[in-house]
Amino acid sequence: MSFTRRAMFIGGVQAGFGVLLAARMAWFSVAENERYTLLSESNRVNLTLIPPRRGWIIDRYGRPIAINRTDFRVDLIPDRVKDEQRIVATLGEILGLDQDERERILKDLEDAAGYQPVQVSGGLTYDQYAAISVRLPELPGAAPARGSSRYYPDGAAVGHLVGYVGAASAKDYEKNRDPLLITPGFKVGKDGVEKVLDAPMRGKPGARRTEVTARGKLVRDLATRADEPGGTVRLTIDAGLQAFAARRLGIQSGAVVVMDCHKGDILALASMPCYDPNSFSDGISHGEWDMLQADERIPMLNKSLQGLYPPGSTFKAITSLALQSAGVDPEELVYCGGGYQLGNRRFACLGRHGPMNMHRAIAKSCNTYFYTMGRRIGIERIAEVAKIMGLGTEYALPMPSQKYGTVPDPAWKMKRHKQDWSQADTLNTSIGQGFLQVSPLQLAVMASRVASGRAVVPRLIARKSDRPAGPLPFPPEHIANVRSGMDEVVNGNGTAGRSKLPLEGIRLGGKTGTAQVRNFRGGARSGLGIPWKFRDHGLFVCFAPVDNPRYAAAVVIEHGMSGSGAAAPVASDCMLYLFDPAKAMEKLSTLEAGWGGDITTRMAAEAQAYKAARATAESPEAAAAQADAAVANALNSSNAVAPAANAAPPANAAEAGE
Amino acid sequence: MSVSLVPAPLARLPWRLIGLVVFIATFGLVVLYSAAGGNLRPWAFSQGVRFLVFLVMAFVIARIPERLWKTAAFPLYIGVLVLLILVELLGFVGGGSQRWLDLGFIRIQPSEMMKLAIVLAVARFYDLLPVGEIRTWRAIWPPAIAIALPAALVMLQPDLGTALMITAGGIVVMFLAGIPLRLFVGGAAALTVIAPLAFFFLLHDYQRNRVLIFLDPESDPLGTGYHISQSKIAIGSGGLFGKGFLNGSQSHLDYLPEGHTDFVFATMAEEWGLAGGIVLITAFILLVRWGVQLSHRVDGKFARLTAASLATTIFFYVAINLAMVMGLAPVVGIPLPMFSFGGSAMMTVMICVGILMGLERSNRGRTRFD
Repeated sequence: MSFTRRAMFIGGVQAGFGVLLAARMAWFSVAENERYTLLSESNRVNLTLIPPRRGWIIDRYGRPIAINRTDFRVDLIPDRVKDEQRIVATLGEILGLDQDERERILKDLEDAAGYQPVQVSGGLTYDQYAAISVRLPELPGAAPARGSSRYYPDGAAVGHLVGYVGAASAKDYEKNRDPLLITPGFKVGKDGVEKVLDAPMRGKPGARRTEVTARGKLVRDLATRADEPGGTVRLTIDAGLQAFAARRLGIQSGAVVVMDCHKGDILALASMPCYDPNSFSDGISHGEWDMLQADERIPMLNKSLQGLYPPGSTFKAITSLALQSAGVDPEELVYCGGGYQLGNRRFACLGRHGPMNMHRAIAKSCNTYFYTMGRRIGIERIAEVAKIMGLGTEYALPMPSQKYGTVPDPAWKMKRHKQDWSQADTLNTSIGQGFLQVSPLQLAVMASRVASGRAVVPRLIARKSDRPAGPLPFPPEHIANVRSGMDEVVNGNGTAGRSKLPLEGIRLGGKTGTAQVRNFRGGARSGLGIPWKFRDHGLFVCFAPVDNPRYAAAVVIEHGMSGSGAAAPVASDCMLYLFDPAKAMEKLSTLEAGWGGDITTRMAAEAQAYKAARATAESPEAAAAQADAAVANALNSSNAVAPAANAAPPANAAEAGE
Repeated sequence: MSVSLVPAPLARLPWRLIGLVVFIATFGLVVLYSAAGGNLRPWAFSQGVRFLVFLVMAFVIARIPERLWKTAAFPLYIGVLVLLILVELLGFVGGGSQRWLDLGFIRIQPSEMMKLAIVLAVARFYDLLPVGEIRTWRAIWPPAIAIALPAALVMLQPDLGTALMITAGGIVVMFLAGIPLRLFVGGAAALTVIAPLAFFFLLHDYQRNRVLIFLDPESDPLGTGYHISQSKIAIGSGGLFGKGFLNGSQSHLDYLPEGHTDFVFATMAEEWGLAGGIVLITAFILLVRWGVQLSHRVDGKFARLTAASLATTIFFYVAINLAMVMGLAPVVGIPLPMFSFGGSAMMTVMICVGILMGLERSNRGRTRFD
């Protein structure tokens, strides 16, 4: 019968299709089970990285320079916020947020999607954190949390040394697609030691496995692997001295570098003024940034490594060594009649010193002596010794950038300026002027090498090996002669008599220097009447104790007008700190009282003044004009401070020196 | 005749069929309970109540005698066809796709009813057709038009899945009625020619997309292909015995879309594994088989055609839904009857079950004395 056959056929097709479906299902759940289980797990489980705790930076004695501080923050989870206006108002009241901040939060909330938290504020005090925590029931969506942020106890005093940290930039992430870089709360070093030693301090991130819904909502925590904190970096820095040096620079713009003159340990590497790295590590505001940019003292420049200055008369220590190595008898006399005649040009000395041997010439900083002798031995010898003494080179320090500076010789001049070397150039170089450019660190290395007679190499990372550096290729008595001249500068009849150490039995040896910024033909170079940025730089290199040197230092005060007046007292006080901290601190507090408080107080006052100045600008246009002027100003001063890179020094630099 | 403890009217009920239906629906409730994260609400409770109502309705329908169905077949078909046109007009007026008529207390989906009406009408047609004319042209064109009209209307809605089911339901009756086989062979050949043309000219963009994505789901993992991909993940990750009751992450964490309606099978498979899947597929096949076998036992062309074709209608639901969930068919929006959350399909299938029980009941006495 046709119907029965056809019905059976249909039944057969149905049963067959049932088997086919079962087989298809078995294929998925047996043969491909592993693959689909994996896919299902990767759907379900979300891996969140926990930023590792950053390693500390400590000083040579284990005192903290950069640490992590627990901080309290509060975020808003957009999906859970009911009445954002009211909640932001309440939070703003508790936290004291201004109108700008409140608007920023409301805007972020609008742009945010789902469960991605919007930061309300970081760096809450514990009281604010507690206040929000107890009021949580009336603040749906608010999520107070504990995190950690980088903290630099000495603030601006260590800014240029350690740099600062911040969230990784988009460029960092493009270069290295490490998901850690875009994890909220993860910071990378942006400058200084933080930047160069970022890898060893970074540590290994922890991970949190969470179960999430398709819409990203957290269901529960599955497992957590703790982070591995980064390694501690121990620097050769003496944190106490570093802070003291930075504070002692006061309202001046300049740098202090102090070294152990046998091992090369850098004990202080201060550059002021400086930004406060603490305000960078939790995000700097526009106002703060503008203020830093507008300051003609360039707080963003690490002057100890990147500032270049003519060494001025501090270079005479090197010229003296060069003279002796060229066979000049230190007792040979040169008569100073107040200058030196080269053809029809007269190179002036600061006084009429009469008969000068090397010892007295160093003490009195007599230019005539060094013109005469320098010309006799020639520029090649001077340049060679300058390089042996550590100028014109870069050192292997964990810092992002250093400047070489310039130790000029005929070949250099031909290459750089397409001109032949002249005798006038030799005369200028002999007294540390002309084309010479050095950084404060290089000056400190030079001072260390003079002090110890060893080829000391500066280092910033503390190491176990305490082997002193090898000797310099000079007979010890040559160096001793220079040291004795420098002893005379401070403790005898010299240029820095006012900067003696107020201690029994410990003498400071040093050499002053004044570096010309601009050539005023016959006009005033150092008076208070000329603009700050055209005034001469004041320099001082020194070591102590003279009898058995342990420490060496270099101080540069930008536009400080003279080495003896501006730089030597700072250097002397820093040395005093190393031998008698209490006495040094006492002197400092008297000084700071006159300057208007310590660094933090003064920076706060400056910020206040800057804000007030901005506020008084009547219209936005006026404010903009003011800001433009400030920028132009900053540009001008940057040209004046760092002439090395672009401007050739004045041809007639002969009048400099002390 | 043995003496039974059970009263005769109760004992005469088709317990096997009822058992299968209750088993499938109960299993469905368990899965819906889990899909709601271990809650009776929002799905399991209302679905349970609905099932009980429809079960009672099926028993009531079972008491409708066969001759009444014969009488009502054509008027029913015309009535549903009018409703379909009405829906189309209303949808046109309302601006947009519309599939149901809202009568206030109930929403009627005429296209759903048409799946039954077409079977009854075509079966009645062949019932009335003299035996000798089955191989003539007159045996073909009236049912063909009767099928084409509602199918076209439903296509316009647009609802490809239901249109295909109506067409298939009618053609199955024609096949069983004894239309020459060569027509079906020829039809299949014609289809292979027409299908590509229809694909490019008749289907809506979104329908064409679904077909394309069905052919290659990974091409669109976040769009329409997402449904199929996530469904496969749910089924595949279930393994032999599943992740356990209330432990399906795909459904509980919302990765599986429509996990309580069209893709409820994937939800089940994730928690009960291949074992649960085979049990459920077997239950459905047995249910369909009960209907097909009934067609051998009953008398009269109408009863035979109706029984086998209604069973096949149930089969279509199950087959299309499972094929879709397992990536063997495009996503067409056909639920798994009695298992998926929702009333329309359940009502249609429970009416089928009621009619099948009625046919069994009307023919029982006769078979006994044969």
